[in-house]
Amino acid sequence: MIPYIFKRLLSLLISLCLASIVIFTVVEVAPGDPAAFMLGINAQDDTILALRKELGLDQGKFARYLSWIGGMLSGDFGLSYTYRSPIADMVGERLWVSLPLALYALGLSVLIAFPTGLYAAAQRGKRGDAMVMGATQLGIAIPNFWFAMILVVIFAIKLRWFSAGGFAGWDDGVFSGLKSLTLPAIALALPQAAILSRVMRSALIETLGEDYIRTARAKGLSKRATLWHHALRNALIPVLTIIGLQFSFLMAGAIIIEQVFFLPGLGRLVFQAITQRDLIVVESVVMLLVFAVIMVNFLVDLAYAAVDPRLRSQA
Amino acid sequence: MPIKTGRLLRISAAALALTGGAVAAAQSDLTVALQLEPPHLDPTSAAAGAIDSVLYSNVFEGLTRFASDGSIIPGLAKSWEISEDGTSYTFHLNAGVTFHDGSSMDAQDVKFSLDRARGEDSANAQKALFAGITDVSVVDPLTVKVSLDAANGSFLFNMAWGDAVIVAPETIENIKTNPVGTGAFEFSNWVQGDRIELTRNADYWGTPAALESATFKFISDPTAGFAAMMAEDVDAFVNFPAPENLPQFEADPRFQVIVGSTEGETILSTNNKMPPLDNVKVRKAIAHAIDRQAIIDGAMFGVGTPIGTHFAPHHPDYLDLTANSAYDPDLAKQLLAEAGFENGFETTLKLPPPSYARRGGEIIAAQLRAVGIQTEISNLEWAQWLEQVFRGKDYGLTIVSHTEPMDIGIYARPDYYFQYDNPAFQTLMTDLRSESDPATRSAMLQNAQTIISEDYVNGFLFELAVPTVANAKIRGLWENAPTQATDLTGVSWAN
Repeated sequence: MIPYIFKRLLSLLISLCLASIVIFTVVEVAPGDPAAFMLGINAQDDTILALRKELGLDQGKFARYLSWIGGMLSGDFGLSYTYRSPIADMVGERLWVSLPLALYALGLSVLIAFPTGLYAAAQRGKRGDAMVMGATQLGIAIPNFWFAMILVVIFAIKLRWFSAGGFAGWDDGVFSGLKSLTLPAIALALPQAAILSRVMRSALIETLGEDYIRTARAKGLSKRATLWHHALRNALIPVLTIIGLQFSFLMAGAIIIEQVFFLPGLGRLVFQAITQRDLIVVESVVMLLVFAVIMVNFLVDLAYAAVDPRLRSQA
Repeated sequence: MPIKTGRLLRISAAALALTGGAVAAAQSDLTVALQLEPPHLDPTSAAAGAIDSVLYSNVFEGLTRFASDGSIIPGLAKSWEISEDGTSYTFHLNAGVTFHDGSSMDAQDVKFSLDRARGEDSANAQKALFAGITDVSVVDPLTVKVSLDAANGSFLFNMAWGDAVIVAPETIENIKTNPVGTGAFEFSNWVQGDRIELTRNADYWGTPAALESATFKFISDPTAGFAAMMAEDVDAFVNFPAPENLPQFEADPRFQVIVGSTEGETILSTNNKMPPLDNVKVRKAIAHAIDRQAIIDGAMFGVGTPIGTHFAPHHPDYLDLTANSAYDPDLAKQLLAEAGFENGFETTLKLPPPSYARRGGEIIAAQLRAVGIQTEISNLEWAQWLEQVFRGKDYGLTIVSHTEPMDIGIYARPDYYFQYDNPAFQTLMTDLRSESDPATRSAMLQNAQTIISEDYVNGFLFELAVPTVANAKIRGLWENAPTQATDLTGVSWAN
């Protein structure tokens, strides 16, 4: 177990190092001067120079890379160029939207996918299976932003059950916060649930063909009991992989849904920062997201080990 | 909508307590949606119009200010005297004005604000407004004297800009996140990415605002904006980004649609130094190849006024010169032939993100193709546009709306990105600066409009409109936008 974890940790550190270099280079290469952008078309050259100096943009690239990485390591993410406020605070605030939204959507996705996947696998080849597979095909095909707009038209404009967007915040209680995240979470969850359900079904069907399942059936276990006690656990590895990927996607990739529901999440922060050439925010947030994704993968690796004893003794 | 109902209930409850329950209370809070969120809250150190859209006149005030019709009226200065030679302005400040932190606003603050804006390390995006100031001196706490190096007919106008508002030295440190001004509303909260909240300033020196509180919500996606209006999550959307949906709001009795004029001359900016665009015949051909109404209908869904020069049509000195660039593709072809381009030519058309540019660009490209001019379209982000087009001057044609008020003076700057260099025009602008006789000024401005129109410096397209969609019961919203502002000081709910 220990060497396995050690190996995973090492690859985690190398990935982070490489990612920081790639992110910094790509962002710096993008054309556009943050100071000129902030001051607009009537600005005088000396004003732009003064602002560049204030922002520290007059230093060399390497020096800026080092101070960025150094700051990150000591927990100081620096100041946003445009907002002039600490990036850590901005990210912290946005996380209170993005993280609950991702978890909410993932929860919904799992809640929908597990029963449907199990049902489809149990009903393999029968009408129930065909119906579930047809529905998931549709779920994958529908773009989530379009689905989001349909949700808004029905539940916000026509029925008035939810507001059309925006985030109420957590100050008025958990309920009002969750309520404003409900439509976005559903829009995000549906395609994910469809994918997860299909993965669940095929993983189950594969394990159901294994020898030990036949043995279990042969010793007299019911179909349902074999499914629950033997097949499900062994089918979990591919399902966990997908859940890990989905969580990363939901954290970083909710950007379009955040636009549709004008939610102040991380995706919108990055999007705005890119258009405003708030380079330091782009670098720091992307780095954080990379860190989160790599961490999630690391945790998924650990989860594999927990589910599959063979991985523990290996390596 | 639990929040809104909750807020309403609270306000109603308060009102009931006051009136003994005899009358139902009028609504006194307002939620206004804007497309762009301010990057920070200091109007004196950024070009972002979004800052003024929230704070101008609501939170910050200058010596003078824009009224809704674009005229300049007294602000923090109640009156002023101008010396005979026009080089010295003595401002008399209103008495009893306080900042939102309770400290009083006096001549020292005015001196601080103006000196800060014109100082060496100033980050003011409109530093040119203060260029002529040689000295600001405090005469007494309510009198301040500003000396200029030469007479400047637009000085009072300059002082009305959002970039010239009066700030206090005590609170300047945190102005970007906690703006402290003298206006009828004070800043209360900013949830970045979502909203800014203002509350009524109980100690306001002038006429207090009718609204108790105002919330600015930022919705960048046009479809989301439409949904938020339809679901009545927001009470008004200033500069509504989806003009294609305006008829639907007009037909709905719950809403009112106000279409006003802005200071935004939308032009097909032309690189006057890049061949063959340096040839006036070629530029004239382009002007005649463009069907302005088709662009307004196609790109702006019919909202906008055609222009034939760089001047706002609602201005009293405006000259209608659209006839100079009347749509006439045959004439355009003939002019191109005269210039030696029977078979047309090829140039670049670089488009910034706004829809007027992206949609308008496609239409213009098609219209130019019809007379033989091929354009290679590239879509740029603003930061790229600033770098390549505006500063690098690496372009043939571009489309942009010049939203600064009264900015015809940019044609007197030969290093400006369209690189128009006409000494006669430059002399005219210099003379205009020191001219104070209204009739002469008016004639000079009209002369200036004619010169650039007949030189076909740029393809003059249309004046950008500002459509506002609002709840039908709201009164007092600005119709036109003489400067970028959402002045809520006169806004109220009808019973």
